[in-house]
Amino acid sequence: MSGYIARRLLQGVVAIVGALLIVFVAQRLSGDPVALMLPMDATEEDFAAMRQALGLDRPLPVQFVVFIANAVQGDFGDSYQWQAPAMALLLERLPATLELALAGLVFALLLAVPLGVISAVHRGGLVDRVAKIFAMLGQAVPGFWIGLLLILFIAVELQWLPAFGRGGFANLVLPAIALGWYPVAAMTRTLRSSMLDILDSDYVRMERAIGLPERWIVWRFALRNAFVPLVTMIGVYFANMLGGAFVIEVVFAWPGVGRAVVDAVFARDFPVVQAGVVLAAVVFVVVNLIVDLSYGFIDPRIRHG
Amino acid sequence: MAEAVLPRPWLGRLLRAREGGFPYIAASVLALVLVCALLGPWISPHDAGRIALSEAMTPPAWLEGGSMSHVLGTDNLGRDILSRIIAGARVSANVALYAIVLSGFIGAVLGMAAGYFGGVVDALISRLIDVQMSVPSIPLAMLFAAVLPPGEAMVIFIIVLSYWTWYARLVRGEVLSLRERDFVKLAKVAGVGTPTVFYRHLAPNVLNMLLVLATLQFGSVIVFEAGLSFLGLGIQPPNVSWGGMLADGRNFIEVAWWLITMPGLAIMAACLASNLLGDWLRDTLDPVRRQL
Repeated sequence: MSGYIARRLLQGVVAIVGALLIVFVAQRLSGDPVALMLPMDATEEDFAAMRQALGLDRPLPVQFVVFIANAVQGDFGDSYQWQAPAMALLLERLPATLELALAGLVFALLLAVPLGVISAVHRGGLVDRVAKIFAMLGQAVPGFWIGLLLILFIAVELQWLPAFGRGGFANLVLPAIALGWYPVAAMTRTLRSSMLDILDSDYVRMERAIGLPERWIVWRFALRNAFVPLVTMIGVYFANMLGGAFVIEVVFAWPGVGRAVVDAVFARDFPVVQAGVVLAAVVFVVVNLIVDLSYGFIDPRIRHG
Repeated sequence: MAEAVLPRPWLGRLLRAREGGFPYIAASVLALVLVCALLGPWISPHDAGRIALSEAMTPPAWLEGGSMSHVLGTDNLGRDILSRIIAGARVSANVALYAIVLSGFIGAVLGMAAGYFGGVVDALISRLIDVQMSVPSIPLAMLFAAVLPPGEAMVIFIIVLSYWTWYARLVRGEVLSLRERDFVKLAKVAGVGTPTVFYRHLAPNVLNMLLVLATLQFGSVIVFEAGLSFLGLGIQPPNVSWGGMLADGRNFIEVAWWLITMPGLAIMAACLASNLLGDWLRDTLDPVRRQL
C-alpha cells in the first residue's frame, strides 16, 4: 500500500513538473517579456539591465531551475494589473471556484443516480428511454450555452433566480446546472451498466431468495457496489469541472479563478495566467490522487498491494 | 423482426443509430455543415458581415415583425443570422478538420512508436501523455491564447495539444497487442523494415478505430472552438464563428432571444450529428469494442 502511494505521489510530482515546463516554454514563446515591461523609448542598456535584474541573461536550463524553485514556493511574480503576488490573488478566489465545481458535481449526481438506477431496474422503460435521449443531447450541448439559455428562460423571462454574481444559494443554482450538465449523461450510463451487472449477480439473487424487499436490494446493496466505477468518473469529472468552470464563471460573472485568468489573458497579465494554469494542474493532480487512494476504502476488494 | 417495426417519428429514427441503422439525419446534418463550409458565400442569402442598422434586431420570420429576407432574424447591427451561421460553419468545419487530422496523425505516430518499440520510447511517450493529461485543457488553452497571436491557427494548435493524447493512448494499447500477433512477428523475421511494418501492418489495423474516434471528436472539437471563441480567445472578429456569435448575442439576451439561440442550435446539431455518426461507425466497423 505504501509503495503504491509513493509511486502515485511520484507520478503526481512528475506531472506537475511537466506542467511547469509547459508554462515555462509558453512564457518563452511570448517573445521578450522585457519588451512588455519597459516603455517604448527604452534604450538597449535599459533592456540589458532589466534582463539581468530578471535573470533572463542566464542559460535557459538555469532559468528553468530558478523558475521551478520559485514556483514551488508559489512565486510566479506579481500581477501586472494588481501589483500583488499572482498566486495569492488566485488562491483568494479558489474557494468560489471550488464551491461552484462542488455544486456542479452535486447537481450531476442528484440527476445521474436516480436516472441510472431507475433505467437499470426498469430496462427499456420510459425513464430508460428518456435518459437515453437526454444523454445524447447532453453530450452535444455545450455547458456555456446551457448557461445562456438558463439565464434567458429562468433569470430573464421568469425572473426566478439571479443570473449574475456570487451570493446565496440562489446565485449558485444556475451556474451549477450549467457546469454539472455535461457529466450527467456519462455518469448515468456508467451507473446503469454497473447496476445491470450487479442486479444480475449471485448475491443479489440470494438477497432476493431470502426475501429482502426489492427497494432495499436496489437502493442499499446494489447501488453501493455499483457506485465504485462511478467514483473514478467523479474524480475525473470534478477535475474537468474545475477547468470547465473557467468558461461558466465568465457566463455568470462568477468571481472565481477562471474569470480572473480570462481577464488576465486580455490584460496580458502573464504571471496570473501562469499561476492559473499551474493551480489548475495541481488541483487536477491532487483530486485524482485522492480518488485513486480512496478506492481501497470504498471497495475492500481493491487493496493496493 | 426489424421489418415488423412500424415507421417511427423522427426522434425514433435518430435513436435507430443505436440499433445499427444508418443515421441518415445525422449524416445529412454533417453534410449540410460541410456544404455550408465549402459553398458558404454562394448559398448564403446575404453577406455575413453586411451591416444594416435600419434592420437591426429583426426577429425570426415566423414572429411578428419578422421578414422572409431574414429567416432567422438579425442582430444588433442588422446582420443576417442565417448568413452568419453559414459563415460560421466554415470556421467550425475548418478548425475541426485540421485539428482532428493533425492530432490524429501525431497521436497515431507517437502511439504506434510507444506500443511497438516499448522500453525507453514507451516510457517517454507515456509520461508525455500523463503530463499532457494532467493539465486541464481549458486553462492550457488560455495559457497559449495569452502568448500566441489569436486566430484559426492558434485555435487549431491548442486543440491538437489537448487532443493528440486520445489517439496516442488508443493506438498504443492496440499496437501493444498487435505486436505479439503472428503477422507482425513474421514480417519482422522476414526482414521487413520498420517503416514498412508501421505502414503496411500496423496502420491498417488501427485505421478503423482512428476513424471512429475522429468522427466522435468532430463534435467535441466544434464545442471546444466555440467555447474559446465565446470567451474571445479564439476566432476574432470580423471573422464569424458560432462561439463569437454567442458572445455578441449575450449582451442583448434580454431583448433578442434568437441571438443566442440560433448559433447554439447550430453547435448542438453539428455535435449531435457527429456523435451519432461516430456511434454508428463504431458499431458497424467494430461491434466488439463498444466501450470506446
